[in-house]
Amino acid sequence: MTYIAKPKFHHPGLKKNELGYTHRDYEGKISTLCAGCGHDSITASIIEACYELSIEPHRVAKISGIGCSSKTPDYFLGNSHGFNSVHGRMPSVLTGANLANRDLIYLGVSGDGDSASIGFGQFAHSIRRGVNMTYIVENNGVYGLTKGQFSATADRGSKSKKGVTNTDNAIDLVAIALQLGATFVARSFSGDKTQLVPLIAAAIRHKGASFIDVISPCIAFNNHAGSTKSFDYVREHNDAVNRLDVLVGRDPIAVDYAPGTVQLVEQHDGSNIALRKIDADYDPHDRLGAQTFLQKHAAKGQIVTGLLYVDPDAEDLHEHLNTVETPLNTLEADTLCPGSAVLDKINASLR
Amino acid sequence: MPDKKPISRVNDFVVRFANVNGSGSASANEMFARAILRHGVPVSPRNIFPSNIQGLPTWYEVRVTEDGHLGARGGVDMMVAMNPQTWDKDVAGIEPGGYLFYDSTKPMPSTKFRDDITVIGVPLTAITNSTYTDPRQRQLFKNIIYLGSLSALLDMDPKLIEQLIGEQYKGKEKLLSSNVHALHLGRDWALQNLKCPIGLWVKKSDKVGDRIFIEGNSAAALGAVYGGATVCAWYPITPSSSVAEAFTSHCKKYRHDPETGKAKYAIVQGEDELASIGIVIGASWNGARAFTATSGPGISLMTEFIGLSYFAEIPAVIMNIQRAGPSTGMPTRTQQCDIIACAYASHGDTKHVLLFPEDPAEAFEFAAAAFDLAERLQTTIFLMLDLDIGMNHRLCRPLKWDDARQYDRGKVMTAEMLEEGRDFGRYLDVDGDGIPYRTYPGTHPTKGSYFTRGTSRDRYARYSEEGSVYADNMQRLVRKFETAQDLVPRPLQANAERPTKYGVIYFGSTSPAMDEAIGLLEARGHQLDRLRIRAFPFHSSVASFLAEHDFVYVVEQNRDSQLRQLIVNENGIDPVRLVPIVHYDGTPITARFIAKAIGDHQDHLKVTPLRKAVS
Repeated sequence: MTYIAKPKFHHPGLKKNELGYTHRDYEGKISTLCAGCGHDSITASIIEACYELSIEPHRVAKISGIGCSSKTPDYFLGNSHGFNSVHGRMPSVLTGANLANRDLIYLGVSGDGDSASIGFGQFAHSIRRGVNMTYIVENNGVYGLTKGQFSATADRGSKSKKGVTNTDNAIDLVAIALQLGATFVARSFSGDKTQLVPLIAAAIRHKGASFIDVISPCIAFNNHAGSTKSFDYVREHNDAVNRLDVLVGRDPIAVDYAPGTVQLVEQHDGSNIALRKIDADYDPHDRLGAQTFLQKHAAKGQIVTGLLYVDPDAEDLHEHLNTVETPLNTLEADTLCPGSAVLDKINASLR
Repeated sequence: MPDKKPISRVNDFVVRFANVNGSGSASANEMFARAILRHGVPVSPRNIFPSNIQGLPTWYEVRVTEDGHLGARGGVDMMVAMNPQTWDKDVAGIEPGGYLFYDSTKPMPSTKFRDDITVIGVPLTAITNSTYTDPRQRQLFKNIIYLGSLSALLDMDPKLIEQLIGEQYKGKEKLLSSNVHALHLGRDWALQNLKCPIGLWVKKSDKVGDRIFIEGNSAAALGAVYGGATVCAWYPITPSSSVAEAFTSHCKKYRHDPETGKAKYAIVQGEDELASIGIVIGASWNGARAFTATSGPGISLMTEFIGLSYFAEIPAVIMNIQRAGPSTGMPTRTQQCDIIACAYASHGDTKHVLLFPEDPAEAFEFAAAAFDLAERLQTTIFLMLDLDIGMNHRLCRPLKWDDARQYDRGKVMTAEMLEEGRDFGRYLDVDGDGIPYRTYPGTHPTKGSYFTRGTSRDRYARYSEEGSVYADNMQRLVRKFETAQDLVPRPLQANAERPTKYGVIYFGSTSPAMDEAIGLLEARGHQLDRLRIRAFPFHSSVASFLAEHDFVYVVEQNRDSQLRQLIVNENGIDPVRLVPIVHYDGTPITARFIAKAIGDHQDHLKVTPLRKAVS
């Protein structure tokens, strides 16, 4: 809000990252969400991930749709351009922005109403096109801004705050993203920052369509008994398959892990993800296996979290379209306009 | 002998081909039109086709017009009736004294003909079947054979047609020679068996000049290439799809880096029109020139984003190739029916810039200009074409480009300007023209970032629901729209020879029919000043024109006289003085229609003095 000014000063001893930025340089305005909202924890995780990756804050474009989740880009990366667009349409706006300038980092923030209902189609098509982005859904199972209606990710049989039972089947965005060819797919929980921060960092470093479904309880409308998106329920049913560390510019061999417990994944940009296995049999390179694993666990009422699938050699939309390396938004008439001599030839061919 | 004297005319008649769609007739028919052009005689062809791929009736009409009347004329002097499904209607549509050309292989009962026309039978199927065995060849060459027969009947120079075949099949010798052979099969049969030429003649002339023959959609797409569009997102819809397809093929020719082979453009076929306009807005927000092409139903779907473009001030170019609505309407028929839908698209108080090109040459110019306007005004610019201009070849002046021309990227604050300490308020009117500065994402590490939103905000892009802050912004948008008046193409006025109290306003594809109608009206003694509107918001000269005339006819191709509504609304004038002349059956408006409608109204206005009436 305009009338809430956030103080700029901070402790002089605050740690700086490689670029010399402190944690505070990645913050935005003061959140206007409810106290205790899961989304604020995700905001904090995004700030943390960007700080740790030493990203220049202004080189990120934050794009969102409409809803509580979509307000959050105002609360992080205050020196980045943000775009709170139209309900359910973040993916198309992000796709266009990405086409215009391939050099920026694109962070798409959306919610379950935004991505699983009104924008389900745009979610699906941006994933299948392989847009180079980090697509985060802050998933709370309800429409928060309109006061607690079920969303399409609400589980069948779960209860609303008013006591109504949901009779519709839930959409699992992770399952859909896997099916549509997302090359980085993860699920996490807003209450588990140690898992979430490295997932966001790894997703940002990934080239291709990265999708993270973050279960983020709505403190106001979906945190009661009978809800399957409450803090208590998610904590009890969280089944993490792995935890990860993102290693940028560090020799992964030098990191001390117990043998056999870690799987190293080298990403396209040379950074490494060290996956500390929790479920020994889980293979995050097996798209089909991941889909089966998810369904089996969902049937048991478990919420599978962690890095569920990654293809480190993924291609993105720019590769599919064979676009020039120079961002399209920097091209001018000298390179774009074929000129009058060519036009004369075109005219001659039309007589 | 027909009981009506056969029509006898040189370089001034209408030939209509009735075909079945999917039969390969289109290229032969188009070659007929081009061949006449090569005689130095202007033509105006029109495709009349169904929303279907194979089996339904389709027509191709060629108006041969030495005088250069490029609007539809109405009526048919010669019918090339190749479709049994539509035979009766086709025969009935021939002007008395006209000609019917048909395939006489199978005898037809005399009741299927008319006594007042000349019937010309050529056994096309018999000739074809005795020459070709392959069914597809039979079908395709039959078209060339009738072209050959027509060339004899209309006294056309076969060398000019051979030249066209040579150009079309350059490097494909086998196809070339077999097409020339088919042409002569038909021509020779006609010369040997029929009286050639008939009363309709094509005589060599020099009235085409350096004009080119191009479809409006292709010209608009070329305008986008020249205008620097780098992102195109679209969803297939008739009659606009060929804009994106033409943009794709132009880009493949002119927009690849010669060294790396990489593309200096990105084209995405969206999953729907919402995604298409979303991609355009995302790309434009990020500093690329982007556009989409669509038609009425697509505009309806895009309106939420169009409101965002207006309110958050993001450039966008939308090419609307209008077709008959509402709803699915008549998807392959022409209208100018989205004027109001586009001018005020989206909820809340919105107004948008519309450009009305009259032909492909202006479609090219206005398309390129649309990108400058979109970035200068930071809003949506509609290029309002229609099916008649978009999907038909039209003779027009050659396309021109000034190599010294630079793109107007509008008010963009750079990192250097920010470093200098320039005050950046995304919605701050620093120059009094209502247009604020914007920054591209990623410009500067600590300055110039802002949060774009569809919610209200203050001059520095900070969220606000304060009434005064909101109203301040809405007033600035009005100022910006006023600024647009002087940036968009101005109306063109042409006055009658003698001073007159009557005027006519028209726009877009009505232009050639209107120009011709003026001649017809003058012949009836009616003098009219003309004003061709080329853009909305209306320039002040529109108001002056209205003030200078007692009655102004507004000629347009929709039921509700939408441009007239817009003029009344925006100028606050007495609607009685604006007389609607509307044509909306999906066919292109004709000079005959306009002249009759205006002429009849003019006759009514001529009040006979009472004394004279009773005496």
